[in-house]
Amino acid sequence: MARRSKYPPALIVRTLCAWAVTLLLFFPLGWLVLTAFKTELQAISVPPLLFFKPTFANFVEVQERSDYLLYAKNSVVTSVMSTLLGLAIAAPAAYSMAFFRSKRTKDILMWMLSTKMMPAVGALVPIYVLAQSAGLLDTQLALVIIFTLSNLPIMVWMLYSHFKDIPHEILEAARMDGATLWQEFRRVLLPLAVGGLASTGLLCLVLSWNEAFWSLNLSSAKAGTLATLIASYSSPEGLFWAKLSAASLMAIAPIVVFGWFSQKQLVQGLTFGAVK
Amino acid sequence: MKRLLPRLLLTPAVASLLLWMIVPLVMSIYFAFIRYNLMQPEVTGFAGLENFQYFLTDPSFSVAVMNTLLLLGSVIVVTVLFGIGIALLIDDPFPGRGAVRLLLISPFFVMPTVNALLWKHMMMNPIYGVLAQVWKFFGATPIDWLTDFPLGSVIIMVSWQWLPFAALIFMTALQSMNREQLEAARMDGATYLQQLRYLYIPHLGRSMAVVVMIEMIFLLSVFAEIYTTTGGGPGDASTNVAFLIFKQALLNFDAGVASAGALFAVVLANIAAAFLIRMVGKNLDK
Repeated sequence: MARRSKYPPALIVRTLCAWAVTLLLFFPLGWLVLTAFKTELQAISVPPLLFFKPTFANFVEVQERSDYLLYAKNSVVTSVMSTLLGLAIAAPAAYSMAFFRSKRTKDILMWMLSTKMMPAVGALVPIYVLAQSAGLLDTQLALVIIFTLSNLPIMVWMLYSHFKDIPHEILEAARMDGATLWQEFRRVLLPLAVGGLASTGLLCLVLSWNEAFWSLNLSSAKAGTLATLIASYSSPEGLFWAKLSAASLMAIAPIVVFGWFSQKQLVQGLTFGAVK
Repeated sequence: MKRLLPRLLLTPAVASLLLWMIVPLVMSIYFAFIRYNLMQPEVTGFAGLENFQYFLTDPSFSVAVMNTLLLLGSVIVVTVLFGIGIALLIDDPFPGRGAVRLLLISPFFVMPTVNALLWKHMMMNPIYGVLAQVWKFFGATPIDWLTDFPLGSVIIMVSWQWLPFAALIFMTALQSMNREQLEAARMDGATYLQQLRYLYIPHLGRSMAVVVMIEMIFLLSVFAEIYTTTGGGPGDASTNVAFLIFKQALLNFDAGVASAGALFAVVLANIAAAFLIRMVGKNLDK
């Protein structure tokens, strides 16, 4: 019998197919990265350039022209704050529903999810009017509150499905051993829930960072997030592709890298723990 | 105490979501019945059903409803089919699988405004865009995507964003397949199609339900991609319900009509939610 080669043909075919599909799907993003390091002329050259001497001028110019750092700071502040606030509201609710289940629990969960089905634009006029009369237009506070509320249903759902998987017996055993409510929470529940809290927080962070509708409509120069900054580059036929690419790259790089590191937790979270 | 604590813990979430739902809803109902145009502050008073009539008989309306459904339907079909394909393709180990996973998932984290501008300018531009170059390379006339296929272009952008999501969920689900069962089927000479039909697809049922559910929630209100690329045009060719309401509110400054539209969106959302609840109830209940 002939010795099996280390690379059977089927494996080679599969490897080639997988890489071809991947590179095809990743191509637009890869192109964005390349363009960010080109000059404006190179960016629109026909045929497109694959090899060139990279320049960092675009990044410098984006910062100088439109104060990237201010928008980046707004993005960080609003997404982190809304994630923390969201966890603070969602975790107790999810805990309550998972461990003290009643007949209404399922209805409440479904009702929460249904608030998420409503397109944000449906609430735009009222929220705009409210924000205006409260003097909250173009403030970080308004964005934090709105990001939190719009992510809240998803967060409650995710945490609920995580908490539901924690066996009640463990908590009961702790109680039998005379643990106080605080000890039970601190020593038993929290360590078990930390994974769920992390994956929920991660997803909330990604969603808030990428949120465009509310930041476009409720914020501008002062509290605008990176999504606002990028949209301002859509100006009519503004053929500043290299700068647009540099700005885009700076806007997405933090969250894409962050996403790479947390993809496992994200799957857990996104599927409400239904897919393992 | 036993009953008080759970309720107390639940209250902040329920109360804030209730406010988030009810306050805009009540205000929308009020605005929908008055004449309220930000450009004509002197025109006021009770409008009756005028705003509703205006919104529902607007020729853009039926187009927008169709576009919303088309966008939702095609993106779900594309992402589920290709997502399963990709997941099956990279299910078994091969050199560079880890890197492939990272590259594949990346588009999901790209913010919609960047996604839209990237495709609009660098991919779909009819003169300098990469796709135009590819078309020319094959001797074909480049397509002016956003003008000739506005809704199709938006579907491509949104699918590109959500395909990684679907693929990632299916990849994860496949890892929990019963390998012994699969081996046994192969030993018994099951063809790949038979394995697909009787083993893989049934196993993926639950994750398909999850993908459809999450995508429905997010795709009903696609906005940034339309706002930054076609602006709903040309004409109404790429206007969905969310964008139509936005146009009434911020481009026509007619808060009354926009509010009537918002109430319609609530009805649409409730229909979708009812549909989802049945599906989720069946598939996610443990």
